[in-house]
Amino acid sequence: MLMLDKTNFEAEVLQGEGYIFVDFFGDGCAPCEALMPHVVALSEKYGDKLKFTKLNTTKARRVAIGQKVLGLPVIAIYKDGEKIEELVKDDATPENIEAMIKKYI
Amino acid sequence: MSKVYDVLIIGAGPAGLSAGIYAGRARLSTLIIEKEKDGGQIVLTSEVENYPGCLEGESGPTLVDRMSDQAKHFGAEKAYDEIVEVKLEGKEKVLIGKKGEYKGKTVIIANGATSKPIGCPGEKTFTGKGVSYCATCDAAFFEDFEVFVVGGGDTAVEEALYLTKFARKVSIIHRRDELRAAKSIRAKAEANPKVHFIWDSVVKEIKGDGIVNSMVIENVKTKELTELVADEDDMTFGIFVFIGYEPKTKIFEGILDIEKGYLVTDENMKTNIEGVYAAGDIRVKSLRQVVTAAADGAIAAVQAEKYVETL
Repeated sequence: MLMLDKTNFEAEVLQGEGYIFVDFFGDGCAPCEALMPHVVALSEKYGDKLKFTKLNTTKARRVAIGQKVLGLPVIAIYKDGEKIEELVKDDATPENIEAMIKKYI
Repeated sequence: MSKVYDVLIIGAGPAGLSAGIYAGRARLSTLIIEKEKDGGQIVLTSEVENYPGCLEGESGPTLVDRMSDQAKHFGAEKAYDEIVEVKLEGKEKVLIGKKGEYKGKTVIIANGATSKPIGCPGEKTFTGKGVSYCATCDAAFFEDFEVFVVGGGDTAVEEALYLTKFARKVSIIHRRDELRAAKSIRAKAEANPKVHFIWDSVVKEIKGDGIVNSMVIENVKTKELTELVADEDDMTFGIFVFIGYEPKTKIFEGILDIEKGYLVTDENMKTNIEGVYAAGDIRVKSLRQVVTAAADGAIAAVQAEKYVETL
Protein backbone atom coordinates (compact mmCIF):
# COMPACT_ATOMS: atom_id res chain seq x y z
CA MET A 1 0.00 0.00 0.00
CA LEU A 2 1.23 3.44 -0.87
CA MET A 3 1.60 5.64 2.21
CA LEU A 4 0.32 9.14 1.48
CA ASP A 5 0.97 12.41 3.26
CA LYS A 6 -0.06 16.01 2.83
CA THR A 7 2.61 16.60 0.20
CA ASN A 8 1.59 13.88 -2.23
CA PHE A 9 -2.16 13.34 -1.67
CA GLU A 10 -3.00 15.80 -4.43
CA ALA A 11 -0.70 14.19 -6.98
CA GLU A 12 -1.41 10.57 -6.08
CA VAL A 13 -5.16 10.73 -5.56
CA LEU A 14 -6.75 13.95 -6.82
CA GLN A 15 -4.70 13.98 -10.00
CA GLY A 16 -4.60 10.22 -10.23
CA GLU A 17 -6.20 8.34 -13.08
CA GLY A 18 -8.66 5.48 -12.80
CA TYR A 19 -9.80 3.94 -9.54
CA ILE A 20 -7.85 4.60 -6.35
CA PHE A 21 -8.52 3.14 -2.91
CA VAL A 22 -7.79 5.37 0.10
CA ASP A 23 -7.76 4.29 3.75
CA PHE A 24 -8.07 7.36 5.98
CA PHE A 25 -6.75 6.49 9.43
CA GLY A 26 -5.25 8.31 12.41
CA ASP A 27 -2.99 7.96 15.43
CA GLY A 28 -4.79 6.59 18.49
CA CYS A 29 -7.80 5.41 16.47
CA ALA A 30 -8.40 1.87 17.75
CA PRO A 31 -11.04 0.95 15.15
CA CYS A 32 -8.63 2.07 12.38
CA GLU A 33 -5.90 -0.11 13.81
CA ALA A 34 -8.24 -3.10 14.02
CA LEU A 35 -9.30 -2.60 10.42
CA MET A 36 -5.80 -2.16 8.95
CA PRO A 37 -4.81 -5.88 8.71
CA HIS A 38 -8.03 -6.56 6.77
CA VAL A 39 -7.26 -3.68 4.42
CA VAL A 40 -3.71 -4.93 3.91
CA ALA A 41 -5.10 -8.39 3.08
CA LEU A 42 -7.50 -6.84 0.55
CA SER A 43 -4.63 -4.85 -0.99
CA GLU A 44 -2.74 -8.11 -1.48
CA LYS A 45 -5.78 -9.73 -3.05
CA TYR A 46 -6.83 -6.87 -5.35
CA GLY A 47 -3.63 -4.83 -5.56
CA ASP A 48 -3.07 -5.67 -9.21
CA LYS A 49 -6.48 -4.27 -10.17
CA LEU A 50 -6.68 -1.18 -7.99
CA LYS A 51 -4.18 1.31 -6.55
CA PHE A 52 -4.24 0.98 -2.75
CA THR A 53 -3.21 3.98 -0.65
CA LYS A 54 -3.52 5.11 2.95
CA LEU A 55 -3.37 8.52 4.61
CA ASN A 56 -2.53 9.24 8.23
CA THR A 57 -4.95 12.11 8.84
CA THR A 58 -3.33 13.06 12.15
CA LYS A 59 -0.48 14.48 10.10
CA ALA A 60 -2.71 15.74 7.29
CA ARG A 61 -5.74 17.24 8.96
CA ARG A 62 -6.44 19.89 6.34
CA VAL A 63 -6.24 17.37 3.52
CA ALA A 64 -8.76 15.16 5.34
CA ILE A 65 -11.18 17.97 6.08
CA GLY A 66 -10.85 19.06 2.45
CA GLN A 67 -12.09 15.58 1.55
CA LYS A 68 -14.97 15.97 4.04
CA VAL A 69 -13.41 13.38 6.29
CA LEU A 70 -14.05 14.35 9.92
CA GLY A 71 -14.40 10.94 11.51
CA LEU A 72 -12.42 7.73 11.30
CA PRO A 73 -12.02 5.24 9.84
CA VAL A 74 -13.07 6.11 6.28
CA ILE A 75 -12.44 3.86 3.31
CA ALA A 76 -12.98 5.66 0.02
CA ILE A 77 -12.79 4.94 -3.68
CA TYR A 78 -11.73 7.74 -6.01
CA LYS A 79 -12.20 7.78 -9.75
CA ASP A 80 -10.19 10.25 -11.80
CA GLY A 81 -9.67 12.40 -8.72
CA GLU A 82 -13.29 12.39 -7.53
CA LYS A 83 -14.45 10.53 -4.44
CA ILE A 84 -17.23 8.29 -5.75
CA GLU A 85 -17.99 6.10 -2.73
CA GLU A 86 -16.97 5.82 0.87
CA LEU A 87 -17.60 3.70 3.95
CA VAL A 88 -17.54 5.60 7.23
CA LYS A 89 -16.96 4.31 10.77
CA ASP A 90 -19.21 1.32 11.60
CA ASP A 91 -20.01 0.80 7.93
CA ALA A 92 -16.33 0.24 7.21
CA THR A 93 -16.33 -3.51 7.84
CA PRO A 94 -14.05 -5.92 5.94
CA GLU A 95 -17.12 -7.43 4.18
CA ASN A 96 -18.49 -4.04 3.09
CA ILE A 97 -15.06 -2.90 1.90
CA GLU A 98 -14.56 -6.00 -0.23
CA ALA A 99 -18.05 -5.60 -1.71
CA MET A 100 -17.26 -1.97 -2.56
CA ILE A 101 -13.95 -2.92 -4.21
CA LYS A 102 -15.67 -5.57 -6.32
CA LYS A 103 -18.03 -2.95 -7.75
CA TYR A 104 -15.15 -1.05 -9.33
CA ILE A 105 -12.78 -3.72 -10.63
CA MET B 1 -17.41 -32.88 13.35
CA SER B 2 -16.14 -29.58 14.63
CA LYS B 3 -14.56 -29.16 18.03
CA VAL B 4 -16.82 -28.81 21.06
CA TYR B 5 -15.30 -26.23 23.38
CA ASP B 6 -15.82 -26.22 27.13
CA VAL B 7 -16.53 -22.50 27.00
CA LEU B 8 -17.62 -20.23 24.16
CA ILE B 9 -17.40 -16.52 24.92
CA ILE B 10 -19.16 -13.94 22.78
CA GLY B 11 -17.32 -10.62 22.87
CA ALA B 12 -13.72 -9.63 23.61
CA GLY B 13 -14.29 -6.63 25.86
CA PRO B 14 -13.22 -6.58 29.52
CA ALA B 15 -16.00 -9.04 30.52
CA GLY B 16 -15.22 -11.54 27.77
CA LEU B 17 -11.44 -11.29 28.17
CA SER B 18 -11.70 -11.67 31.93
CA ALA B 19 -13.87 -14.76 31.44
CA GLY B 20 -11.25 -15.99 28.96
CA ILE B 21 -8.45 -15.52 31.49
CA TYR B 22 -10.30 -17.44 34.21
CA ALA B 23 -11.53 -20.18 31.90
CA GLY B 24 -8.07 -20.55 30.34
CA ARG B 25 -6.40 -20.77 33.73
CA ALA B 26 -8.90 -23.45 34.72
CA ARG B 27 -7.65 -25.43 31.70
CA LEU B 28 -11.01 -25.31 29.98
CA SER B 29 -10.86 -25.25 26.21
CA THR B 30 -12.01 -21.73 25.49
CA LEU B 31 -12.92 -19.79 22.37
CA ILE B 32 -13.57 -16.06 22.41
CA ILE B 33 -15.59 -14.89 19.41
CA GLU B 34 -15.29 -11.22 18.59
CA LYS B 35 -17.25 -9.38 15.92
CA GLU B 36 -14.60 -6.89 14.86
CA LYS B 37 -12.13 -5.50 17.35
CA ASP B 38 -10.95 -6.48 20.81
CA GLY B 39 -11.88 -4.32 23.71
CA GLY B 40 -15.46 -3.30 23.17
CA GLN B 41 -16.40 0.23 24.10
CA ILE B 42 -13.46 0.83 26.39
CA VAL B 43 -11.10 1.09 23.39
CA LEU B 44 -12.92 4.27 22.46
CA THR B 45 -12.01 5.75 25.82
CA SER B 46 -9.13 8.15 26.11
CA GLU B 47 -8.39 7.74 29.76
CA VAL B 48 -9.16 5.02 32.27
CA GLU B 49 -8.47 6.31 35.73
CA ASN B 50 -10.87 4.38 37.94
CA TYR B 51 -9.91 0.78 37.22
CA PRO B 52 -7.87 -0.45 40.19
CA GLY B 53 -4.19 -0.62 39.33
CA CYS B 54 -4.44 1.72 36.36
CA LEU B 55 -1.82 4.41 36.42
CA GLU B 56 -2.08 7.89 35.04
CA GLY B 57 -2.05 7.89 31.28
CA GLU B 58 -3.71 4.48 30.96
CA SER B 59 -6.05 4.43 28.00
CA GLY B 60 -8.76 1.98 26.97
CA PRO B 61 -6.63 0.43 24.21
CA THR B 62 -3.51 -0.06 26.39
CA LEU B 63 -5.54 -1.72 29.16
CA VAL B 64 -7.38 -4.01 26.77
CA ASP B 65 -4.18 -4.99 24.95
CA ARG B 66 -2.79 -6.40 28.18
CA MET B 67 -6.05 -8.19 29.03
CA SER B 68 -6.05 -9.71 25.56
CA ASP B 69 -2.43 -10.91 25.90
CA GLN B 70 -3.25 -12.34 29.30
CA ALA B 71 -6.20 -14.38 27.96
CA LYS B 72 -4.02 -15.65 25.13
CA HIS B 73 -1.25 -16.54 27.57
CA PHE B 74 -3.65 -18.82 29.44
CA GLY B 75 -4.66 -20.57 26.24
CA ALA B 76 -7.93 -18.92 25.27
CA GLU B 77 -8.38 -19.06 21.49
CA LYS B 78 -9.86 -16.24 19.47
CA ALA B 79 -12.08 -16.15 16.40
CA TYR B 80 -13.38 -13.12 14.50
CA ASP B 81 -16.98 -13.57 13.51
CA GLU B 82 -20.35 -12.02 14.10
CA ILE B 83 -22.83 -14.32 15.79
CA VAL B 84 -26.24 -14.06 14.13
CA GLU B 85 -28.14 -16.99 15.63
CA VAL B 86 -27.88 -19.07 18.79
CA LYS B 87 -29.09 -22.52 19.87
CA LEU B 88 -28.63 -22.55 23.62
CA GLU B 89 -30.87 -25.35 24.85
CA GLY B 90 -29.42 -28.78 25.66
CA LYS B 91 -25.92 -29.98 26.46
CA GLU B 92 -24.36 -28.84 23.21
CA LYS B 93 -24.80 -25.13 22.53
CA VAL B 94 -24.38 -23.88 18.98
CA LEU B 95 -23.50 -20.36 17.91
CA ILE B 96 -24.00 -19.58 14.27
CA GLY B 97 -21.83 -16.84 12.84
CA LYS B 98 -21.50 -15.25 9.44
CA LYS B 99 -18.37 -17.29 8.80
CA GLY B 100 -18.96 -20.52 10.69
CA GLU B 101 -20.57 -22.52 13.46
CA TYR B 102 -19.17 -22.89 16.95
CA LYS B 103 -20.06 -25.58 19.48
CA GLY B 104 -19.61 -25.45 23.22
CA LYS B 105 -20.74 -27.01 26.47
CA THR B 106 -21.25 -23.54 27.96
CA VAL B 107 -21.72 -20.04 26.59
CA ILE B 108 -20.74 -16.76 28.23
CA ILE B 109 -22.50 -13.84 26.58
CA ALA B 110 -20.39 -10.72 26.89
CA ASN B 111 -21.04 -8.80 23.70
CA GLY B 112 -21.94 -5.64 25.53
CA ALA B 113 -23.56 -2.53 24.27
CA THR B 114 -23.07 0.18 21.66
CA SER B 115 -23.28 3.95 21.88
CA LYS B 116 -26.81 5.25 21.93
CA PRO B 117 -27.54 7.73 19.15
CA ILE B 118 -29.41 11.02 19.72
CA GLY B 119 -31.97 9.92 17.16
CA CYS B 120 -32.45 13.35 15.58
CA PRO B 121 -32.60 14.27 11.87
CA GLY B 122 -29.14 14.66 10.33
CA GLU B 123 -27.32 12.55 12.91
CA LYS B 124 -26.80 9.53 10.66
CA THR B 125 -26.01 11.63 7.58
CA PHE B 126 -23.27 13.52 9.40
CA THR B 127 -21.69 10.64 11.32
CA GLY B 128 -18.01 10.92 10.50
CA LYS B 129 -18.73 14.35 9.04
CA GLY B 130 -18.71 16.15 12.36
CA VAL B 131 -20.82 13.79 14.47
CA SER B 132 -18.74 11.31 16.47
CA TYR B 133 -19.08 8.76 19.26
CA CYS B 134 -15.31 8.35 19.70
CA ALA B 135 -13.14 11.19 20.95
CA THR B 136 -9.87 9.26 20.65
CA CYS B 137 -10.68 8.56 17.00
CA ASP B 138 -11.77 12.00 15.89
CA ALA B 139 -10.58 14.66 18.33
CA ALA B 140 -7.53 15.54 16.22
CA PHE B 141 -9.72 16.86 13.40
CA PHE B 142 -11.01 19.57 15.70
CA GLU B 143 -7.72 21.05 16.77
CA ASP B 144 -8.42 24.72 17.47
CA PHE B 145 -12.06 24.28 16.39
CA GLU B 146 -15.17 24.40 18.51
CA VAL B 147 -16.79 21.17 19.69
CA PHE B 148 -19.98 20.22 21.49
CA VAL B 149 -20.35 17.24 23.77
CA VAL B 150 -23.83 15.83 24.26
CA GLY B 151 -24.46 14.17 27.63
CA GLY B 152 -23.81 14.76 31.31
CA GLY B 153 -22.54 11.48 32.74
CA ASP B 154 -18.99 10.36 33.56
CA THR B 155 -18.13 9.41 30.00
CA ALA B 156 -19.44 12.65 28.51
CA VAL B 157 -17.54 14.86 30.93
CA GLU B 158 -14.31 12.83 30.80
CA GLU B 159 -14.33 12.91 27.02
CA ALA B 160 -15.10 16.64 27.10
CA LEU B 161 -11.98 17.13 29.20
CA TYR B 162 -9.96 15.04 26.74
CA LEU B 163 -11.30 17.19 23.89
CA THR B 164 -10.02 20.38 25.56
CA LYS B 165 -6.52 19.21 24.59
CA PHE B 166 -7.50 19.78 20.97
CA ALA B 167 -10.48 22.10 20.63
CA ARG B 168 -10.40 25.80 21.52
CA LYS B 169 -13.81 25.58 23.15
CA VAL B 170 -15.83 22.61 24.41
CA SER B 171 -19.51 23.08 25.25
CA ILE B 172 -21.37 20.38 27.11
CA ILE B 173 -25.03 20.15 26.11
CA HIS B 174 -26.99 18.45 28.85
CA ARG B 175 -30.72 17.88 29.19
CA ARG B 176 -30.69 18.65 32.92
CA ASP B 177 -29.40 21.65 34.86
CA GLU B 178 -26.57 19.79 36.53
CA LEU B 179 -24.13 17.06 35.59
CA ARG B 180 -24.66 13.44 36.59
CA ALA B 181 -20.90 12.76 36.48
CA ALA B 182 -18.91 11.94 39.61
CA LYS B 183 -17.90 14.93 41.74
CA SER B 184 -14.17 14.71 41.01
CA ILE B 185 -14.76 14.73 37.26
CA ARG B 186 -17.33 17.51 37.58
CA ALA B 187 -14.89 19.67 39.51
CA LYS B 188 -12.25 19.25 36.81
CA ALA B 189 -14.72 20.30 34.13
CA GLU B 190 -15.93 23.32 36.09
CA ALA B 191 -12.35 24.46 36.65
CA ASN B 192 -11.36 24.13 33.00
CA PRO B 193 -11.60 27.51 31.21
CA LYS B 194 -12.26 25.81 27.87
CA VAL B 195 -15.33 23.96 29.13
CA HIS B 196 -18.73 25.65 28.86
CA PHE B 197 -22.19 24.37 29.68
CA ILE B 198 -25.50 24.57 27.86
CA TRP B 199 -28.05 23.36 30.39
CA ASP B 200 -31.57 21.96 29.96
CA SER B 201 -31.01 21.38 26.29
CA VAL B 202 -31.32 18.61 23.73
CA VAL B 203 -30.20 18.39 20.11
CA LYS B 204 -33.12 18.47 17.67
CA GLU B 205 -31.43 18.59 14.29
CA ILE B 206 -27.97 18.51 12.73
CA LYS B 207 -27.42 20.30 9.45
CA GLY B 208 -24.65 20.85 6.96
CA ASP B 209 -23.41 20.54 3.42
CA GLY B 210 -21.18 17.49 3.25
CA ILE B 211 -19.92 18.29 6.74
CA VAL B 212 -21.70 19.65 9.80
CA ASN B 213 -22.14 23.40 9.88
CA SER B 214 -25.02 23.97 12.26
CA MET B 215 -27.27 22.32 14.80
CA VAL B 216 -30.63 23.15 16.34
CA ILE B 217 -30.98 22.71 20.09
CA GLU B 218 -34.10 22.96 22.20
CA ASN B 219 -34.36 24.22 25.74
CA VAL B 220 -36.50 21.55 27.39
CA LYS B 221 -37.96 24.00 29.91
CA THR B 222 -38.82 26.94 27.67
CA LYS B 223 -39.14 24.92 24.42
CA GLU B 224 -37.10 27.66 22.79
CA LEU B 225 -35.15 26.57 19.70
CA THR B 226 -31.65 27.90 19.02
CA GLU B 227 -29.53 27.29 15.95
CA LEU B 228 -25.82 27.06 16.64
CA VAL B 229 -23.88 27.91 13.50
CA ALA B 230 -20.21 27.17 12.86
CA ASP B 231 -17.76 30.03 12.94
CA GLU B 232 -17.27 31.37 9.41
CA ASP B 233 -13.55 30.69 9.37
CA ASP B 234 -13.96 27.17 10.78
CA MET B 235 -16.87 26.16 8.48
CA THR B 236 -17.62 23.27 10.84
CA PHE B 237 -17.64 22.05 14.43
CA GLY B 238 -17.64 18.70 16.16
CA ILE B 239 -20.56 17.02 17.94
CA PHE B 240 -19.47 14.22 20.27
CA VAL B 241 -22.33 12.11 21.59
CA PHE B 242 -22.11 10.25 24.93
CA ILE B 243 -25.67 9.78 26.13
CA GLY B 244 -25.55 6.15 27.14
CA TYR B 245 -25.58 2.71 25.63
CA GLU B 246 -27.85 0.19 23.97
CA PRO B 247 -27.34 -3.50 24.82
CA LYS B 248 -26.91 -5.87 21.88
CA THR B 249 -29.47 -8.50 22.84
CA LYS B 250 -31.52 -8.83 19.65
CA ILE B 251 -30.37 -12.38 18.83
CA PHE B 252 -31.39 -13.56 22.31
CA GLU B 253 -34.97 -12.30 22.15
CA GLY B 254 -37.48 -15.05 22.87
CA ILE B 255 -34.68 -17.34 24.11
CA LEU B 256 -33.31 -15.64 27.21
CA ASP B 257 -35.03 -13.48 29.81
CA ILE B 258 -34.64 -9.83 28.88
CA GLU B 259 -35.57 -6.78 30.91
CA LYS B 260 -35.56 -3.35 29.28
CA GLY B 261 -33.22 -4.72 26.65
CA TYR B 262 -30.70 -6.23 29.10
CA LEU B 263 -30.17 -9.93 29.89
CA VAL B 264 -31.38 -11.07 33.28
CA THR B 265 -29.01 -13.14 35.41
CA ASP B 266 -28.69 -14.17 39.03
CA GLU B 267 -25.70 -13.09 41.09
CA ASN B 268 -23.71 -15.99 39.61
CA MET B 269 -24.28 -14.64 36.08
CA LYS B 270 -26.59 -17.55 35.26
CA THR B 271 -29.34 -16.87 32.74
CA ASN B 272 -32.58 -18.84 32.55
CA ILE B 273 -30.84 -21.54 30.48
CA GLU B 274 -28.43 -23.97 32.13
CA GLY B 275 -24.84 -23.54 31.03
CA VAL B 276 -25.51 -20.06 29.62
CA TYR B 277 -24.14 -17.01 31.42
CA ALA B 278 -24.10 -13.28 30.77
CA ALA B 279 -21.38 -10.86 31.84
CA GLY B 280 -20.63 -7.17 31.55
CA ASP B 281 -22.68 -4.30 30.15
CA ILE B 282 -25.19 -6.61 28.46
CA ARG B 283 -26.81 -7.74 31.70
CA VAL B 284 -29.17 -6.05 34.14
CA LYS B 285 -26.98 -4.38 36.79
CA SER B 286 -26.52 -1.11 38.61
CA LEU B 287 -22.98 -0.17 37.60
CA ARG B 288 -21.55 -0.60 34.11
CA GLN B 289 -17.80 -0.16 34.41
CA VAL B 290 -14.65 -2.04 33.39
CA VAL B 291 -14.22 -3.23 36.97
CA THR B 292 -17.71 -4.76 37.17
CA ALA B 293 -17.40 -6.23 33.68
CA ALA B 294 -14.15 -7.95 34.66
CA ALA B 295 -15.74 -9.24 37.87
CA ASP B 296 -18.76 -10.59 35.97
CA GLY B 297 -16.47 -12.39 33.54
CA ALA B 298 -14.54 -14.07 36.35
CA ILE B 299 -17.71 -15.24 38.11
CA ALA B 300 -19.25 -16.51 34.87
CA ALA B 301 -16.10 -18.50 34.00
CA VAL B 302 -15.94 -20.12 37.44
CA GLN B 303 -19.62 -21.05 37.21
CA ALA B 304 -19.04 -22.47 33.72
CA GLU B 305 -16.18 -24.57 35.11
CA LYS B 306 -18.44 -25.99 37.83
CA TYR B 307 -21.14 -26.76 35.30
CA VAL B 308 -18.72 -28.50 32.90
CA GLU B 309 -17.56 -30.76 35.76
CA THR B 310 -21.13 -32.01 36.25
CA LEU B 311 -21.52 -33.08 32.63
